[in-house]
Amino acid sequence: MTLEIDRITKSFDGDAAVLNEVSLTVKDGEFLALLGPSGSGKTTLLNLIAGLTKPDGGTLRLDGDDITTRPAGARRFGMVFQSYALFRHMTVADNIGFGLRVLKGKDRPTKPARRARVAELLDLIEMPDLGDRYPAQLSGGQQQRVAMARALAISPRLLLLDEPFSALDAQVRRNLRGSVRDLQQKVGVTAILVTHDQAEAFEIADRVAVMNGGIIEQVGTPADLAERPSSDFVRDFIGAA
Amino acid sequence: MPILQTPMDALRRRRRSPLPGLGLTLGVTVTFVTLIILLPLSGLAWQFAQLGWSDYLFVMSDPRTLASLRVTITAALLATVVNGIFGLLLAWVLVRYRFPGRAALDALVDLPFALPTSVAGIALVAVYAQDGWIGSLIEPLGLKIAYTWWGIVIAMTFTSVPFAVRAIQPLIEELDRREEDAATTLGASRWQTFRSITLPQLSPGILTGTGLSFVRSLGEFGAVIFIAGNLPYETEIASLLIVIRLDEFDYPAASAIAGTMLALSLIVLVVINILQTRLYRKLEGAA
Amino acid sequence: MRRTVLIALAILFAAIVIVLPVAAIFTRAFAEGLSVWAAAVTEPETVAAIRLTILTALIVLPVNIVFGLCAAWAIARYRFPGRRALLVLIEVPFAISPIVAGLCFLLIYGAYGPVGAALQPYGIQLMFNLIGIVLVSLFVTCPFVVREVLPVLSVTGEDEERAALTLGANGWQIFRFVTFPNITWALVYGAILATARAIGEFGAVSVVSGAIRGQTMTLPLQIELLYNDYNTTGAFAAATVLALLALLTLVLRGIISYFHPARGATA
Repeated sequence: MTLEIDRITKSFDGDAAVLNEVSLTVKDGEFLALLGPSGSGKTTLLNLIAGLTKPDGGTLRLDGDDITTRPAGARRFGMVFQSYALFRHMTVADNIGFGLRVLKGKDRPTKPARRARVAELLDLIEMPDLGDRYPAQLSGGQQQRVAMARALAISPRLLLLDEPFSALDAQVRRNLRGSVRDLQQKVGVTAILVTHDQAEAFEIADRVAVMNGGIIEQVGTPADLAERPSSDFVRDFIGAA
Repeated sequence: MPILQTPMDALRRRRRSPLPGLGLTLGVTVTFVTLIILLPLSGLAWQFAQLGWSDYLFVMSDPRTLASLRVTITAALLATVVNGIFGLLLAWVLVRYRFPGRAALDALVDLPFALPTSVAGIALVAVYAQDGWIGSLIEPLGLKIAYTWWGIVIAMTFTSVPFAVRAIQPLIEELDRREEDAATTLGASRWQTFRSITLPQLSPGILTGTGLSFVRSLGEFGAVIFIAGNLPYETEIASLLIVIRLDEFDYPAASAIAGTMLALSLIVLVVINILQTRLYRKLEGAA
Repeated sequence: MRRTVLIALAILFAAIVIVLPVAAIFTRAFAEGLSVWAAAVTEPETVAAIRLTILTALIVLPVNIVFGLCAAWAIARYRFPGRRALLVLIEVPFAISPIVAGLCFLLIYGAYGPVGAALQPYGIQLMFNLIGIVLVSLFVTCPFVVREVLPVLSVTGEDEERAALTLGANGWQIFRFVTFPNITWALVYGAILATARAIGEFGAVSVVSGAIRGQTMTLPLQIELLYNDYNTTGAFAAATVLALLALLTLVLRGIISYFHPARGATA
């Protein structure tokens, strides 16, 4: 799936624009990182893509379809939240199967089919025996992988990751970076990662979009950005990290 | 232009939540609040507005009205003082001491909340009337509680004691005991420590507790009318006089008394609120 | 020594002021034996009062739950003009005395009130009947559910609900599967408090009930009626029913706060 972001603008509270005519194309199967300091607009952009926030202007197109005003639930984008937002009173298996359970009418797989799909995902995240646990009984790293599996269960057309490593300690974080990238490759889904950590973005993403003050300063492969920064900000931000 | 900017900003500040259901839930809420709370309140306001000042003063200067207000307010004041003292005692004992029956005592405090007021009313009569357990005990001494002003005080104390206890309890739980210890090491007596260290920190809770207890006592009806005797000028509370005026279809008089009682309650609540803010500010400033 | 004195004083106060009256109800009600009590409780007028009280509670309970959930959800999840005013308004019934509350309803919904008068030509009467009793009961009980559910909703935040939204759940599914399990106990607790209050309300109901024997007398009103008729055994027998319900409320409350320590700390 290719996502086209076309001159998206957003402001809150009538203040200065949080996003100012942002345009960006995310290619099919690509892993793209939105990198920037806090307040640069990257999380707002991700929420706009997810449909959790409405833009003031501009268009979002998915494979040519205009999805700007489509409600979040109808977009079928898997999202991994910063705090994971796991359903605390549901088991791991129920968490992962939730997106299938709420499908309507004949779209909803039968119970055995749902159970099989959940088992498949538990295998994928290498937690085959933990389906009966509750989120509170898992480590931070395990919670993050469950959040990934829950987002992937609905066969998302786009995978959105909002600072998925920020709640983990440094060691676990490094181990999980590789596993997130591997999962994305295995499933072959187009993915967008929001992060403020340059090393993280460079290690995981095919391309990185550096954001600052509501605009995209530069988009390119990690090598491009390192070798040919287009502005002082990009050079400083990448160098400082 | 700053005057115009404020409302515009307030409107834009409606950060839209993506969750569905705003229309439905807010619609139900506003409809309910309008029909069940707002309209009835405006009913009183409307009736009140129709009264002129002279009508209002005529009703309120009636000796029977004045007497009922005096009876209600003095009894509520005494009940509040009693609840302030014993509420503090009960809260203190419940938080600071562990003893057999503590949990039962804790639950008992809520009984007046849970007991319907008319049940409380006849229960109190059963205890304090001449043939009751306490009434028969004090009669030989020439004392009478039931069907006197003292009965009103007892009923008000009963129904409002939980307010005092529950408002003070959390503050005792949060007290920093090291401050008390520090005062003791500096040679302060237990009473001096309590007076100068503990009591000031509990004052916001005592204020809220007694304030709520007073407001509740002012409006108490069910528990009081059984034990009060309801003699005009002597043991007739304001709420009862409102009911009597209603039975006479004298709506203006009923509204005048009710409006006065409501205003009195609201003033007490607002004053508590203001004093409370000041107290907290003072406590935080001192800390 | 000081400890013992303080504990003794506290227990003595609680015993005289709280326990003694409640004990008196049961002693008086059963003074003439169980059969007399049973006869008094099953007297037709008392039975009618019990029936009306239960009917009122059964109508008020679901309305309170729906209103409480809607109000708590709207206030916790959205920002809109007048949100704070709404919050204050919902608490108002706790600050108004029962008689004044009843009077307010009479003034607007009674035959001489603007709404009551407007409905009269259509043969609709709102006061001095079941409708009036239900309306004032709603007034005195409506803050309970909101008060219990709102803090829990605010603390749980909307992260899980947003996640459910991105997974394709609709509004009802989000509420049913994600929100509701988090607030169940707060809701049950608020509903118990509201129902107990609806069953026991005296002052406000007495103003609007019309006090028609065997028809618009709720159990708390029936107690006064019996008492004024010098039927003290009947009055105390009826009172035991309500006192037992009050004790049951406290027990339920204890059970809920035992399993959910965060709940039951207030009110």
